[in-house]
Amino acid sequence: MAWDLRKKVAIIGAAETDTVGAIPNITQLGLHGQAARNAIKDAGIDKSQIDGLACAGESVVAVADYLDIQPRYVDGTSVGGSSFMIHVAHAVAALEAGYCNYVLITHGESGRSRVGRGGFGGGAATLGGQFEAPWGILGPPNTFTIPIVAHMTKYGTTEEQLASVAVATRQWATKNPRAMMRDPITIEDVLNSRLIAWPVHLLECCLVTDGGGALILTTADRARDFAKPPIYILGTGEGAENMMISTMHDFTESLAFNRAATRAFQQAGIERSDVDHLMLYDAFAHTPLYGLEALGFVKPGESGPWFAAMNSAPGGTLPINTNGGGLSYTHTGMYGMFALQESVRQLRGEAAAQVPDVKISVAHGPAGFFAASGTVIMTNQA
Amino acid sequence: MSAPRGKPLPQPTPETAPYWEGCKAHELRLQFCNDCQAFFFYPRIFCPRCLSENVEWKPVSGKGTLHTYVISARPAPGFENDVPYTIAIVKLDEGPHLMTNIVGVEQKPENLPAGLPVEVVFEDVSDTISLPKFQPAGAGRNA
Repeated sequence: MAWDLRKKVAIIGAAETDTVGAIPNITQLGLHGQAARNAIKDAGIDKSQIDGLACAGESVVAVADYLDIQPRYVDGTSVGGSSFMIHVAHAVAALEAGYCNYVLITHGESGRSRVGRGGFGGGAATLGGQFEAPWGILGPPNTFTIPIVAHMTKYGTTEEQLASVAVATRQWATKNPRAMMRDPITIEDVLNSRLIAWPVHLLECCLVTDGGGALILTTADRARDFAKPPIYILGTGEGAENMMISTMHDFTESLAFNRAATRAFQQAGIERSDVDHLMLYDAFAHTPLYGLEALGFVKPGESGPWFAAMNSAPGGTLPINTNGGGLSYTHTGMYGMFALQESVRQLRGEAAAQVPDVKISVAHGPAGFFAASGTVIMTNQA
Repeated sequence: MSAPRGKPLPQPTPETAPYWEGCKAHELRLQFCNDCQAFFFYPRIFCPRCLSENVEWKPVSGKGTLHTYVISARPAPGFENDVPYTIAIVKLDEGPHLMTNIVGVEQKPENLPAGLPVEVVFEDVSDTISLPKFQPAGAGRNA
């Protein structure tokens, strides 16, 4: 029998970099640092108390050194954009076991300006170099998107339904002054935007930006001593499936999504109807479709019509991606941290597009295309 | 024959060399697990289902169906003259699926219904590497 980890650990600090978008004067490591400093200020914690550190995209040791902290717990899990959800999951276990007391999780990425950023991709002898690169994969836009046609074929999902995800998300972005893209758009605008890789158009692709974010977690008993009300972790899950998009087991669903989502809800012991707010990492318009189905809010194949009915938009039945998402707010490359940040803001009541009475929020996303996944369920109710 | 400048070419490893040697001979060969009695892909030192090392290389039919794809309007480096091009997952009749390009047909969604029967065709891109691509079955295109 698994330990009951509900509400045993809480987020006490959460902040992003001073700005997001284009930050040409700060290195990637510096973005980790700035986000961390802001989270430390947000929590009102003394830096010397932090004894656990997790990050992705940079060496966890490099970030510790930059901040001059001496962690006794490090988590360098770096499986892609939802690594931070997984860091939260691991931090819950470590904190509850007494392995450390305060865990700082950082993200910083110079995705747009590429300042102080290493290379990307593997060599010609890697699996990807042999079995994907020769066929002209460019990166996410024509690779992460390959499964979509399988979903369309099996379920009748349409191009208009995909476009509706971008439209609904933009509606939220119009309410967020920090969002990069804030002009309202229509289904026609999306379908008339430049074709990137059929069936995907420009407005169905995430932004490419600079920025960062950080979280600080501690045990529930310690959490009450800090500046902001604790945001408790109710459930977490993670999963890993396929190294290459071409080795997915079933292109109409992500096994990693399913595993992460199922475990998180089991641990939290809540129903889907208990969820007030949802963050579904939107690298492209289709990833929220796969996420909504994996999390069990709709049956497989029902996500297209559900989004087309604008259920996720302002005034809809389940607010999703209320910061404007990766499609319209910001997307540094590993966006998962920003999904978590918006969940915390909604639960604290300090979001730019605040949803009334949010008590439970879920942040879920992919990592390394559909390679891996993480889910975190949070609440502001003690 | 030489590869267009900048196009990435695979570099075979000891595990994958028999696959690429097969392609060079214009024969699609996959590993077959004698314990599971099933093919698998990509190449490994054992069967990913049962972990048996009782595996051998066997030719397959080169026939399959188009499973899912994008038509890339933007080129990867080296593919500037190829747009639009289809990056597809083909499900081989023997079971495994792999990434490839669909060639020998105008690159339009209406020409590429999921389930379309396809067959392998090899493109010689260097002295040692031939890439398996797929065309609609019976299209008769010569690589």
